[in-house]
Amino acid sequence: MGAAKQIVRVNVGGEADVPALERAPTERAIGRKVLPIVEGVVLVAALVAPLLLQDYLTVFATRVVILALFALSFDLVWGYAGIMSFGQALFFGSAGYGVALLARDLDITNIFLVLPAGTIIGLTFALLLGGFLLLGRHPSSVIFVSLGTLTGSYAADRLARGWYYLGGQNGIPSIAPMTVGSYEFSEGPAFYYLVLGILVVVYLLCRFLVRSQFGLALAGLRENEQRIAFFGYKAQHLKAIIFAIGGAVAGLAGSLYAFHEGFVWPNMVGVVVSTQVVLYVLFGGSGTLIGAVIGAVIVEGVSFWLSDNYRDIWPIILGLLLLLVILFRPLGLISFVLGERERVGSFGARPKKTEKQTEKHSLKEKRNAAP
Amino acid sequence: MPLLEAAGIKKIFGKLTALDGAALTVGENEFHGLIGPNGSGKSTLMKCIAGAEVPTQGKVSFVNTDITAFTPTERARAGMSLKFQITSVLPTLTLYDNILLALQAQSSLFDLLFSRTRGVLHDQVMTMLTQFRLADRAFDAAAALSHGQQQWLEIAMALAGKPRLLLLDEPTGGMSLEERRVTGELLQPIKQHCSLVIVEHDLDFIRDICDRLTVLDQGKVLASGTVSEIQANKAVQEIYLRRA
Repeated sequence: MGAAKQIVRVNVGGEADVPALERAPTERAIGRKVLPIVEGVVLVAALVAPLLLQDYLTVFATRVVILALFALSFDLVWGYAGIMSFGQALFFGSAGYGVALLARDLDITNIFLVLPAGTIIGLTFALLLGGFLLLGRHPSSVIFVSLGTLTGSYAADRLARGWYYLGGQNGIPSIAPMTVGSYEFSEGPAFYYLVLGILVVVYLLCRFLVRSQFGLALAGLRENEQRIAFFGYKAQHLKAIIFAIGGAVAGLAGSLYAFHEGFVWPNMVGVVVSTQVVLYVLFGGSGTLIGAVIGAVIVEGVSFWLSDNYRDIWPIILGLLLLLVILFRPLGLISFVLGERERVGSFGARPKKTEKQTEKHSLKEKRNAAP
Repeated sequence: MPLLEAAGIKKIFGKLTALDGAALTVGENEFHGLIGPNGSGKSTLMKCIAGAEVPTQGKVSFVNTDITAFTPTERARAGMSLKFQITSVLPTLTLYDNILLALQAQSSLFDLLFSRTRGVLHDQVMTMLTQFRLADRAFDAAAALSHGQQQWLEIAMALAGKPRLLLLDEPTGGMSLEERRVTGELLQPIKQHCSLVIVEHDLDFIRDICDRLTVLDQGKVLASGTVSEIQANKAVQEIYLRRA
């Protein structure tokens, strides 16, 4: 229903005189409209932010951009592939710990070493956990996967707290700054633009991924895993792959986070951060990449503002707010401006002759129907 | 050698014996109807053949291979396809993407990532949609279709991968008379390259389209033969009269 409405609305905007049903269907009718605008606005806002913000707010904004990157990883896994990962922090935090150890024990802080290392740590942990949870001969249930990931995250938290080498409860403090040659990335605009650049690149890669034919397979996976297995898809493999990619992105975010904050602590692998990222994505809008980014920005921004102004009761206000959005806007804030049709979108490069062919086919169709 | 051979299929759910030594043999390019009263085990037999259930006992062979323990994915790759009883088109995707999803199932991961097969598959997608009279709605969401059209889309999806055997569970369920007639027409041309096993309550539909029938009753095969043989069969008339 929603989809039909969306198409009609788009038609009204484009060619108001032609009734929707009489027009030959073209992909133009469902072409992207709102998303590029939202993406553009967010990008411009992000680019000018450090110019307008005070220094301590730029530091905060950097943290938010890193968390947005983290949110993308969960969105890929849940929003696009329908895998309920309640343990995304495991990959985020273990990469954080990994790069912190590299810096502490081996004095490796070169950005071209630590970021790939963090990404690989996230990828490896996700492959191990995903392989165990997802690669059975028969599809694993949602409950099994969500509890499995949750348990993984919880166990990592306990392990980090108890392990002296990892600093126990206190984690690893005063990590040396990330470097390129002799330049050190400390908090501030340079670090901000670095993570923003990384976010943009990862965002574009994710968009390429979810809009490819692989993305179509993911959509099938999300909507009806059993159905696509009957088409001959190796559904479990698809899930493990996207889960690993999500882990890699989370690992990249985690290593940036560790260097930005200058320390890592057990919460970073634990359930709290795992839940936080779920909230970002549900709040902003799962199944859209920009929704995940917006969700992270708004949830973090609102908590920052609330904790400043309502010192005692801000978590309650935030909780209520989140609850309202999830109750009344299950597709997240982005669904205020984004229609269902555009959210789902289309997949793969469009063959150039599509429109002509479609018209030809539908003409032939009419001819067939005529007698 | 028959295309599909299921023999001695037994399926027990707890205390209920749904199938008790049922059998089904389908030849190349044969339309085979599976009929019987409610609860006779038709759907269970279909599921055992399709891989949605594993039989407690018995053997299913397909193109000379024992597929009893194959997963649905492996069966699909061997050339078997299934249309579910409950329509399971993907409602938020367009018709075009629904068909493309079915068609690209056997593309390699690399091809999927770089969208290398869409250009090649485009014509096949449009051919399927045209064949099932859905081409002019190619870019509508599947949810916007009528129930009958969703069933056709689903049959088109099941046929997209050019299977050698298509299992249809109640294809005309909930359809109007006119839609039923059209469904019959749509299915005829596939006989050239595909066999069909069809579970259906509408006996007129079955009679029009099938070459052979198997009648199940209480999990056992009551009779199997050509349509006219079955129509003349006393035992079959008996169970259908008893039910009426």
